[in-house]
Amino acid sequence: MKEIIAMNHGAGFGMTHELIKSVFARTFAMEEPMTDSAILENEGRKLAFTTDSYVVDPVFFPGGDIGKLSICGTVNDLAVSGAVPKYISASFIIEEGFSKDDLFTIVCSMADEARKARVRIVTGDTKVVEKGKCDKIFISTSGVGILEDRNSGISFGKEVVPGDVLIINGPVGNHAIAVLGARNNLKFSTPVVSDCASLNRLTKHVLENCSGIHFMRDLTRGGLAVVLNELATMTGLGILVDESSVPVDSPVRGLCEILGFDPLYLANEGKILFVVHSEESDKVVEIMRNEPEGREAAVVGRVVGGNESRVILSTKIGGRRILDVPSGIQLPRIC
Amino acid sequence: MKQEMNDPGVKYIEEFRDKEMVLNLSGRIRDSVTGEYSFMEVCGGHTAAIHRFGIPSLLPPAIRLVSGPGCPVCVTGVDYIDKAVAYSRLDNIIICTFGDLMKVPGTGSSLEKERAGGADVRLVLSCLDALEIAEYNPGKTVIFLAIGFETTAPGSAVTILRAREKGIRNFRVLAAHKVMPPAMKALVTGESKLDGFICPGHVAAITGSMAFEFLPGDFGLACVVTGFEPTDILLSVLMLVKQVNSGKPAVEIEYSRAVTRLGNSIAQERLSRVFEPCDAAWRGLGMIPGSGLRLRRDFEEFDAEITFPLDIALREENRSCICGRILKGLNTPVDCKLFGKSCTPESPAGACMVSAEGACNVYYRYPE
Repeated sequence: MKEIIAMNHGAGFGMTHELIKSVFARTFAMEEPMTDSAILENEGRKLAFTTDSYVVDPVFFPGGDIGKLSICGTVNDLAVSGAVPKYISASFIIEEGFSKDDLFTIVCSMADEARKARVRIVTGDTKVVEKGKCDKIFISTSGVGILEDRNSGISFGKEVVPGDVLIINGPVGNHAIAVLGARNNLKFSTPVVSDCASLNRLTKHVLENCSGIHFMRDLTRGGLAVVLNELATMTGLGILVDESSVPVDSPVRGLCEILGFDPLYLANEGKILFVVHSEESDKVVEIMRNEPEGREAAVVGRVVGGNESRVILSTKIGGRRILDVPSGIQLPRIC
Repeated sequence: MKQEMNDPGVKYIEEFRDKEMVLNLSGRIRDSVTGEYSFMEVCGGHTAAIHRFGIPSLLPPAIRLVSGPGCPVCVTGVDYIDKAVAYSRLDNIIICTFGDLMKVPGTGSSLEKERAGGADVRLVLSCLDALEIAEYNPGKTVIFLAIGFETTAPGSAVTILRAREKGIRNFRVLAAHKVMPPAMKALVTGESKLDGFICPGHVAAITGSMAFEFLPGDFGLACVVTGFEPTDILLSVLMLVKQVNSGKPAVEIEYSRAVTRLGNSIAQERLSRVFEPCDAAWRGLGMIPGSGLRLRRDFEEFDAEITFPLDIALREENRSCICGRILKGLNTPVDCKLFGKSCTPESPAGACMVSAEGACNVYYRYPE
């Protein structure tokens, strides 16, 4: 059977990495390691440059819409590289028949979010395709940010050492469950709202006030578990996570129980993992808790020595197990 | 679906995950151990819970938990996937399936690959959803992939009865339901190093705990019907250890909030009205007499294989696979000549390689 692209090629881990390696990186002669943003240097100034496409279904969901998401996502990719996001491009692929009012709403939320994140949308493109050739609207955004020298190593995690502390800025899983609920028209008595937010202000405050930030990564597709595994592979170090200290909102937890999902694998659009020098972890948590996007910041684990690049989860009941990269997107289980 | 969920946590779940109680049970198990013990869990739900909560790390090394053939997806034969794939390629067919069957590989393809190639394959959470899809798509035929044990089979039976009641003519099932006790019997017949079973709680909610009474009676094995939370599982392990120590094996019910000795008579009646026992092939274990369920003749009109006969070559299970011996504790995965060669997580020959928690899959990913 001829090889074709499957949904798991877009899951963000496993087959996605394989696809990037075997098709894109090789053909484009790109250098490893690959990070969320490319780090470019010109006459002594460093720039971070990133691009992302947004195809969320449904287009509107509790806590945001595809427009807001397309700004936050790109801003966050720059922010976790340690950069200050500046300029954004936006290109639209719109399906014939799409409501102009809806388009206007989406564009307004992009403008709103750009204003909040203090970035400027400076260029763009529009294409309309025949009905059925895309699903309502797809948006691609690219972003450029300015990167100070002292932050230029953050996305590579080279400074990460055993003893470093893992911090996340709040509960995980809300975006994935909010979108799933909106897609399947599930009615929750406690509404689950996407955490979709630009986090560049949060990262800026943390970076300005602390010198021990060794790594940052946004917890999008594949969630916390996949980012931790990438960190372990990248650094060759072990990672110990404490399940009971990872914040998960109660309705998200409940729905995960019903569907057999693990919140540690669910996508977020407003969460970052910070890896911080142990002496600065209290300070980082305090700074984060003073920001609206970091009120529920929590220490969730630490980097450990040894030569095994594995992620070990200390479970809620006091057991231990390996926290794996899943083989593909989570599907509801029969048992 | 409307959820009533209030803080703190989900009501009546957190209570069964109490860390202190877990540590207490773990200590009592450690204190009760007098030799070595092998207990098998045969339900995929147990396997997942044991893995997810890190239960093995809370048990003394003298206790070995073996993951049996209890994940209905893992034991589904290659030929079944091949048939489902073949149906998905026909015109005007909608395949409805539970999520975890999507990735299971057949001979050359999987439902996931077929969907990527354009087949209409839809995930459902209940077979009644599949019936609804049939109602809304009268011009097409919906084939529901009816797999699973005594837990899901009554749902299929009820759906078929409802389809008849409503006169829905475009609904079919590709039936490969299985029943657990004959497989457990096959695993302990002959040589085996098992001391007892963590019996499947939800299967027993339907069949009643009496379905397992032959195990202590004929084979001298300890049995505890178990719930799915960490304290359930640990308490059951303690009960099993005590049964083995006392030399008086029996069927005890730990999961008493759901299980009785006689089970759910309504579900049993629906099940036997629609289905009858048959022999069935289990991935890695081969043909097990009386371990499957097929539609009774009176319900043939809903049987995909009778109404749309397929003309495909069916692949036999790989005879070199030693899943059965691994499950019995007689061999380890590395003893198998297929292991890591023609049997890998991407292309599994036996059930133990399919599930992420299966013995061979774990050995493959974490060799040590």
